[in-house]
Amino acid sequence: MKERELVIVGGGPAGMAAALAARAAGVKDVLLLERDQYLGGILNQCIHPGFGLHYFKTELTGPEYAGRFAGLVREDQGIEVSLSSFVLKLTGKKEISYLRPGALEEVRARAVILATGCRERTREMIHLPGSRPAGVYPAGLAQKMVNLEGWLPGREAVIVGSGDIGLIMARRMALEGITVKAVVEIQKASRGLVRNVVQCLEDFGIPLYLGHRISCIHGRDRVERVSVVEVDEELKDIPGTGFELACDTVLVSVGLIPENELLEMAGARLDPATNSPVAPGVNLTSVPGVFACGNACKVYDLVDSVTRDSELAGRMAAEYLSAGAGLS
Amino acid sequence: MKRTMTCIECPQGCRLEIEADGSRLIGVTGNKCARGGLYARQEIEAPLRTLTTSVLTRGLELKMLPVRTSKPIPKEKLFEAMAAVKLLVITSPVKAGAVIAADFLGLGADLVACRELKKI
Repeated sequence: MKERELVIVGGGPAGMAAALAARAAGVKDVLLLERDQYLGGILNQCIHPGFGLHYFKTELTGPEYAGRFAGLVREDQGIEVSLSSFVLKLTGKKEISYLRPGALEEVRARAVILATGCRERTREMIHLPGSRPAGVYPAGLAQKMVNLEGWLPGREAVIVGSGDIGLIMARRMALEGITVKAVVEIQKASRGLVRNVVQCLEDFGIPLYLGHRISCIHGRDRVERVSVVEVDEELKDIPGTGFELACDTVLVSVGLIPENELLEMAGARLDPATNSPVAPGVNLTSVPGVFACGNACKVYDLVDSVTRDSELAGRMAAEYLSAGAGLS
Repeated sequence: MKRTMTCIECPQGCRLEIEADGSRLIGVTGNKCARGGLYARQEIEAPLRTLTTSVLTRGLELKMLPVRTSKPIPKEKLFEAMAAVKLLVITSPVKAGAVIAADFLGLGADLVACRELKKI
């Protein structure tokens, strides 16, 4: 089995920052595995501005922020980027199996950084009652459809949850001519950044129902309408406050969870509530020489912070390697 | 007239106390940096927004090219700008920062590519 010094799984902002920082800290050989056809990860579909204010002191869109790192990664002779490469297995001995077009590869890494990002929480995880018609999408999936594929998910939409992706998508759909009927948030305050409430909802006259929940999704083949009800301090329905909104699309924006199946396979401990690695500090896992950074470690609000902490992960891996650890 | 406003210049989202006479700013407090003061003045006088969207491509490696206005445009022109964007199709390879439409709609801002796209 071929031995590699450092293998990084995930070519989004976390993986790219970790790769560059590890190189700068003296790591000679980095293999960066990305399952998509492009570097950049989720930033590719985040076409709105608001990135880089801390790290670059200027406001960039997601593709622009990713592009700054992707250029550096491609130029670095010590980083081998393998695109369309899907990691199937990671063992506690840091053996990695991955599929790339035409081949199943197996390598043994002296150190591993998992920069696998996170997944969206789904309708099933928040117990959204009603039928199961077409037209219910996680907000980030709808974002990919609109921004990368050029498809519109529907004509009239209601958004469940006021996370940033949902707010950003409210504006995006409004600009594309979709009528956004409401954003419904069960808590008394928005979960997203206040600037997104202003520039994504207020700018477009989209109502935000705080302290409300969707009590039912109606529709047989396609979403036809939703029932909304106000809730009290204990999140119990307040009788007599219900109303209905006609719509053909429901976007679910109720948070993210780290994607850590590989870490679990390697025998690392995960917090069952958050799916984050159980470890004494940021970027660490319970398996020596296996690090997790970016949204795979914990869900961040800002990509600038992901970059900062992932650079630290790259340096931590370099330090682990320079101590002679991980040699087989 | 006094009112409050949330600054959208950065994710801090400062709550601004505004004193204004119609579209003339008299005073602003609550901003943690200079950008907040400038934002308040602009928002009172003539609100501006950066438009980001994506443009259909043909024969390039991605179906959609993300684009932005090179500087903010009047907020009330956003939908007019979106209608004009929908008429565009990009068929030639572009570099990040390339101008897709100069002086877009005569608003003084260019429409620029946010990433590189090559031929298939």
